Amino acid sequence: MRSGVVSVERMTPADHADALFAARRDRRPIAPRSEADPTLTVEDAYAIQGALVSRLRDGGEGEVVGYKLGLTSKPMQQLLGVDEPDYGPVLSTMVHGDGAALAVDHFIQPKIEAEIGLVLERPLSGPHVTTLQAADAVGGAVAALELVDSRIEDWRITLVDTIADLASCGAVVLGSQVVAADGLDLRTTGMVIRHGGEVVATGAGAAALGDPIAAVAWLANTLASYGVTLEPGQLLMTGSLHAAFPVAAGDQVRADLDRLGSVGCRFV
Amino acid sequence: MMDTDRLAATLAEAVRSRTAIPPLTDEVALDIEQAYDVQDATLELLDPGATRRVAKLGLTSRAKQQQMAVDEPLYGWFVSGSAVEPGIPLEVASLIQPRVEPEIALVTGAELAGHDVTTPEVLVATAGVMPALDVLDSRFAGYRFTLPDVVADDGSAARYVLGDPVPLADRSLPLLGCVLERNGELVDTAAGAAVLGHPAAAVAWFVRKLAHRGRSLPAGSIVLAGSLTAAIPVEAGDVVRASIGQLGHVELQVT
Repeated sequence: MRSGVVSVERMTPADHADALFAARRDRRPIAPRSEADPTLTVEDAYAIQGALVSRLRDGGEGEVVGYKLGLTSKPMQQLLGVDEPDYGPVLSTMVHGDGAALAVDHFIQPKIEAEIGLVLERPLSGPHVTTLQAADAVGGAVAALELVDSRIEDWRITLVDTIADLASCGAVVLGSQVVAADGLDLRTTGMVIRHGGEVVATGAGAAALGDPIAAVAWLANTLASYGVTLEPGQLLMTGSLHAAFPVAAGDQVRADLDRLGSVGCRFV
Repeated sequence: MMDTDRLAATLAEAVRSRTAIPPLTDEVALDIEQAYDVQDATLELLDPGATRRVAKLGLTSRAKQQQMAVDEPLYGWFVSGSAVEPGIPLEVASLIQPRVEPEIALVTGAELAGHDVTTPEVLVATAGVMPALDVLDSRFAGYRFTLPDVVADDGSAARYVLGDPVPLADRSLPLLGCVLERNGELVDTAAGAAVLGHPAAAVAWFVRKLAHRGRSLPAGSIVLAGSLTAAIPVEAGDVVRASIGQLGHVELQVT
């Protein structure tokens, strides 16, 4: 027992989840959780995420319909000083159709990124899933946009901050067709994203962890340590193919992906 | 007074001696048309009487154009013997300061000419497309140059590697994904649209520019349409690979 130290009551995962829930509800960003508690581990952060998801489901934000991967590119990993990705749930109320109008004031500091979305046809249980098995379990691919948003002030995030905050997910927009994934080489599937008609960025599937299918295998194997299996019909957002850029009311964004078609949204 | 022959001799000597020189514009004023005159004269010194068949385009991305504060691309020609054949390594010592760019190359099946050639006309005249690596080697120390300098210096053209041509068929060139790897590590990704929105649009610009200089692009020409990513420096021991959509890949070993 150390003596003479006034122990500050450590915040529980539920406390952090409450703070993030309020930040989402009030669109008022909060201090990094890693500053509120510098001892937070990755395990703690996923516990906070879990508590936050429970609160959101209880609050009518729908059910978990899939997952998003974050930090799947080397530049993002280097920025946060990590060497692996992270994940968060996609809730049904976050998912929008092609051409959706998204209200920017529903978010705090939204940015947009184009991704390859994958739809599972068969369940996948880690921890020993190979890319071959992951490829076999994936049924379809869809052009997708992810609106990322941070409930942490000025995007001042470390790994645990983004994990706790649903991996900074805000919304997902899906193209109108799901293409059979059989025979597609997702690594070299090209993407061009335009903002008001101007090309902002291009990329290819390999930007997501070297291969979007490898991202699926990583997710299945990581979820296994939490006893979670990926289920048929779930959507997997495999990670950004370019650097995310901020959006504002009045903006129109559209991404075209080779053989997957196109997906767009506008901001009001 | 601009002296085309003297500047061309300086550049040709830099190529032959593998020695970097200061930018020409440190000494002389050079406009773009004069710079292309110097390019022509330099090519004639390096490769007298040869038919120019393989061209390269540069400054085809908005980012690069903004960086150089210009609003048009540039072109250069490869001299005979610039092709690096598959499986043959490139000797880094044969160049000054090589950098590599992944590109989409088009081979023409019909002559292209005229001041108002359009992207669809280029596509109609395209016999095949292939993945390519463009090995740059600026003759200016540290790649420090203005637009007229780099035009005179043949767009930094040095070597190139081509994959096998495949028919264009219904491929969408803007959406062909590019994956650039060095020694098995992912370096960058992009898509064809990184080149002026469409690689064939860059070729259309090239044909219009040639028309302006009283020339055309004959059938059987090969055009490396411009870099899809930022150029990467290479050193002995490196293996660079570019995979381009369904066109396959092309690789360069450096020794």
